[in-house]
Amino acid sequence: MREGKLVFWLLFAPFAAWIALLIVIPHIDMLILSLREKVAPRVYETGFRNYADFAATWVYPWTLLRTVVFSIIATVLTFLIGFPVAYYIAKIAQGRTKAALFMLCLLPFWVSEIVRVFGWMLLLRETGLISNALQGLGLTSGPVELLYNDAAILIGLVYTSMLFMIVPLISTIDGMDDALVEAGYDLGGNGWTVMTRIVIPYAMPGIIAGSIVVFMLALGNYLTPTLLGGKSGQWFTAQIYSQFITRFNWELGSAFGFILLATSSALVWLLLRLSGQSLSNTLGR
Amino acid sequence: MRKLLGTVLTSAAFALVGTAGSAETLRILTWGGYAPESVVAAFKAETGIDVEVTLSNNEDMISKLRATGGAGFDLAQPSQDRILGPQQEFGIYKPLDLSQIDKEQFIGDLYDASVAATTVDGAAYGVAHIWGVSGFAVDRSVAGDIKTYADLCSADYAGKISMRTKRIALLGFAFAAGEDPFAAYSDPAKYEEIITAAADAMGECKANVKAYWSGADDLLAMMRSGEVVAAEAWDATGFKLNAEDSKWNFVAPSTGALGWIDTFALPAKGENDAAAYQWINFVMRPDIAAQIVNQAGSFSASKGSDEMVDPALRAAYQEAFPPEVIANIKWFPPIPAGLEDIEGRLLDQIVAQ
Repeated sequence: MREGKLVFWLLFAPFAAWIALLIVIPHIDMLILSLREKVAPRVYETGFRNYADFAATWVYPWTLLRTVVFSIIATVLTFLIGFPVAYYIAKIAQGRTKAALFMLCLLPFWVSEIVRVFGWMLLLRETGLISNALQGLGLTSGPVELLYNDAAILIGLVYTSMLFMIVPLISTIDGMDDALVEAGYDLGGNGWTVMTRIVIPYAMPGIIAGSIVVFMLALGNYLTPTLLGGKSGQWFTAQIYSQFITRFNWELGSAFGFILLATSSALVWLLLRLSGQSLSNTLGR
Repeated sequence: MRKLLGTVLTSAAFALVGTAGSAETLRILTWGGYAPESVVAAFKAETGIDVEVTLSNNEDMISKLRATGGAGFDLAQPSQDRILGPQQEFGIYKPLDLSQIDKEQFIGDLYDASVAATTVDGAAYGVAHIWGVSGFAVDRSVAGDIKTYADLCSADYAGKISMRTKRIALLGFAFAAGEDPFAAYSDPAKYEEIITAAADAMGECKANVKAYWSGADDLLAMMRSGEVVAAEAWDATGFKLNAEDSKWNFVAPSTGALGWIDTFALPAKGENDAAAYQWINFVMRPDIAAQIVNQAGSFSASKGSDEMVDPALRAAYQEAFPPEVIANIKWFPPIPAGLEDIEGRLLDQIVAQ
């Protein structure tokens, strides 16, 4: 018994240390920073002014709103594209094809995110591959700029987070008994009703798990929106970065960080409530 | 098991002794091109000191040093105007011992100007190293008439220009409007008024901007492909393009180019000041300084170094900087603490609108 306890603590220690040192303590530090008001050089007071500054102009709430809305759109698009792919890999493909298709989904993640984003920049820019191909085919008369707009951000986000939607979807759909689908057809269902009444409810934990991960990745992404986005396409993370690094305003930056944390936690909670799932049922599986 | 443990411990001990006993190191926080490999190797050959280079920019230097209270580096190279405010606010540098620096190697005016601009409470915190200006990089074959920020915003170049959402563009717009924001540094209310008007102009110009650049490589890619024909830029970017094709060059705004001097400064908790002074005196030798100029693309405060730089770079420089342009350079005065908060709010609005 005593030995069992020792083993438990030994196994638990790295995790506890990780959580405490890299997550809890820095967050407490950030919270204290965010409640510090800069009065004059090296003079500070405690208060909520940094949070008030967030709401004082339309600039910051607007950026946050934009970021949230675009992250939701990116999540929905990732689901719409990822679900058929996952269904095909889990249920229709067999044997080596299955493994090969799964491998193909994984392949882009063998290079770092920045390389993948640069790849998109080469394709989309005014003097890039797609623009040149369109001109070569005579479909447009002049160069077309496809980079530096919100659609480019969405393409980048969907592409970067696709795997994180497909993997949980495959693992839940894979576990579904094919007899359920057959029974659905035997009882007079058509393709649509079988999909919406049997497959999707069964895959719900996977859908929610994938959506939470993709939404968080999109919301917290910095690189993709910064490189692909246009002159008005600033992401909220870029605001946090510029407060910390460009303006040396760690106090406001920390407040922004907590506002983003609160927003994403609230949205994940809302998603779980609306879908009737729980964290342990989705991400915990 | 015991023996294995013993071996591991002994070799670990040797490893520790090894690092402590081998050469000294000098950790430099600097800009791209300011500590090229050839210079680092020559310094090592002469002094036996290893140089570790970390590339950075003004804001990043301040953030890094602020995070550690001035530890982690033995020498930093902030611009002269970025020393006073951060030093007052965060205390990240220590005073220089000017007697350790060979003043004879410097261009006297730049040396004196940098010392004056970085003096806090009677102590000097920085001496000049590299200087340059901000103005425009222009493709003169198509946009030869661009001379001011107002020209950059003319309808002729809609969607074909670029700039950065940093304070330099705001100041550029203020000068283009006939104001003198530098003179208003000491009067925050007046400054806010001038700079708010400049931000309005910059916001109106946003429709003309293709994309705001953030790194010199971004800008180079947009200019080489012809997607952008004129942009706010460092002189070094203009010279670099000029070396590829003479249709490009740096163009100084007719209202005056904005001049900066990057300095040598000692971080508050630097551990190897002696090596830092050795490095300063080493890189200010004219022949070494010329190597750095060739890499960085901007000119050095080292006396006589301009005679030795790459002739193509000299030619581009002489074309961009006739004497009357040099005389008209507006040198950045030290930024008082607090002004950057005002600018930050305005720039955030421009980006979000």
